[in-house]
Amino acid sequence: MILEAFLVVAAALFSVGLFGALTQQSVVMLMMGLELMINGIMLAAAAFWYFLAPAPDGQMIVVAVVTAMAIEMAMGFASVTAIYRAKRIDMTDAATELEG
Amino acid sequence: MTLAVLLALGVLAVGGGVLVFVVDSMARATFCLLASFIAVAVMILMTGLAYLGTVIILMMIIEMVIMAVFMIMYMMNPAGLMPMSMFHNTRGAALISGLLFAGLTAGIFLADWPEKRGERPKDPTTALGETLMEGHMLTMMTLGVTLFSTIVATVVLATGRGRYDRLGDGLDAAHADDPAGGGVGR
Amino acid sequence: MAAPAMVLVLPVLLVAAVWCVAVLDGVLADRAAGHRGGAGRSLVRPGQEVARLLAGQRRTTQAADGLLRWAGIAGLIVASVLAAGVVPLGWKAPADLSVGVVWFNAMEVVAWAAVWLVGWGPDSALSLVGGYRFVAQGLAYELPHMFAIITAALGAGSLRMSDIVDAQAGLWFAVWMPAAFAAYLLSAAAMAFWGPFDAPLGRDVAGGAAAELSGVDRLLFEGGRRLLLVAAAAVAVPLFLGGGHGPWLPAGAWVLVKTLAVLALLVWLRHRLPVVRMDRWTEISWIVLLPLTMVQALAVALVVLARGGGGP
Repeated sequence: MILEAFLVVAAALFSVGLFGALTQQSVVMLMMGLELMINGIMLAAAAFWYFLAPAPDGQMIVVAVVTAMAIEMAMGFASVTAIYRAKRIDMTDAATELEG
Repeated sequence: MTLAVLLALGVLAVGGGVLVFVVDSMARATFCLLASFIAVAVMILMTGLAYLGTVIILMMIIEMVIMAVFMIMYMMNPAGLMPMSMFHNTRGAALISGLLFAGLTAGIFLADWPEKRGERPKDPTTALGETLMEGHMLTMMTLGVTLFSTIVATVVLATGRGRYDRLGDGLDAAHADDPAGGGVGR
Repeated sequence: MAAPAMVLVLPVLLVAAVWCVAVLDGVLADRAAGHRGGAGRSLVRPGQEVARLLAGQRRTTQAADGLLRWAGIAGLIVASVLAAGVVPLGWKAPADLSVGVVWFNAMEVVAWAAVWLVGWGPDSALSLVGGYRFVAQGLAYELPHMFAIITAALGAGSLRMSDIVDAQAGLWFAVWMPAAFAAYLLSAAAMAFWGPFDAPLGRDVAGGAAAELSGVDRLLFEGGRRLLLVAAAAVAVPLFLGGGHGPWLPAGAWVLVKTLAVLALLVWLRHRLPVVRMDRWTEISWIVLLPLTMVQALAVALVVLARGGGGP
């Protein structure tokens, strides 16, 4: 196993996720892009733990990233639900102004 | 052999990620993302992080099933039976993410990665548990409080009904007026 | 037994246990219906049913998502076998992972995706209702289930199944963690959508998630569901019932006897209890069961601390 292999996969996941987050019109699909980006970060953190610094702090980064993903997802769905309840929209383009 | 497995998992992870934005059916997109997550989790398992890898599998399955529910609730074409374009700014985004990938890859191969510092613990799960309960206790408590405030915030954002809707203006109704009945007779 | 031999024996044992479940289920159904067919008929009937489904024609629906339906059926079976892989058959498991408890949890949760996919696949309203019912049920049973299994791990101070068995050489965990054991049994039935938690396959929605399944598909889905029930019952043995510990018999025999006893209880309960609706079960689960299992975990943590088991 080599560090570069892990990191290239992580970079590819991050880039694909960024592409999705930038292009998707639907809020839920945008969140899938964000999830893919976080997926890449998770993989890179584990690879750094294994190859460079196997201290417990490395594992803590993965825990923090996983938590961030959970929060991102919960808040994302809650916001979509709130926006949808107020304005019946779920598209990013339509939600640029947040006035009721 | 290990490298071949790693490569296959990497292709599965990235391929699943790409398919998320290619397939028409929202259910398929969600489960492509799940495949990508599970491939990454297996790669993490291969680094010896048994607990974190398994927890990621556990968490991502639950998360993706819930995601599928929301996808189908909010997307106008959940089954992909009427293909439609749901993109904007494709060219700019492709340029940005392509440049980002090129830059990151160049960095990965040009960087002078340091030597490994320290030895890998025999049982990373124990090491993680000890650091959570000792050195990183404050981190863990912060994460816990953050998660708790997330729960409160999401419920506040997402619910359309409050206690006055349930129990009346004086909060004195004998039985709560809920759209779905409960099991403990409140 | 060496680990490779156990890997070969495990599927045979699982299929045999599924057969036992089907036979006992048939006997109890006959008794409830007033038939006196005799034991011989009950023994061969699962075989007849398998032959009927194998020979039966596969029906498909219009605009079905066959790939996802297939993924759901295959996922259910594969995950059940992988979940059962951490159960010590005797003293050693085919795969005695250092995080065995978490592994079982991760494999068991595949049922969420599997049932939802099987419900989604056929593009049929009633089967999708069944799939959604299972997701609601999953959200209800999962947290008490997690607290129950982590309580057993806490009592042993390890996530490894064989360590948890070792910790029960004296007293079974079921004796001094009764709430966790009860919550585990309920969630075992719920995760295999086995009665009284079989509303996802309810008659009121014409068979729910399985409504459109026929032929081999139905055989594999119904088999996978019983496999998951067997795996969940088998995991109760190392977690709460002392694993291979017991007098006279060898450890492997005790594991089998205890697993079959748990299965018999779950099958019997299916025929004694009415179907629980998910809205009721969700509230019971979150308001009664979850605090109960949390208090149970706290009590066990205090016992572990009092014994001086709180770390180095």
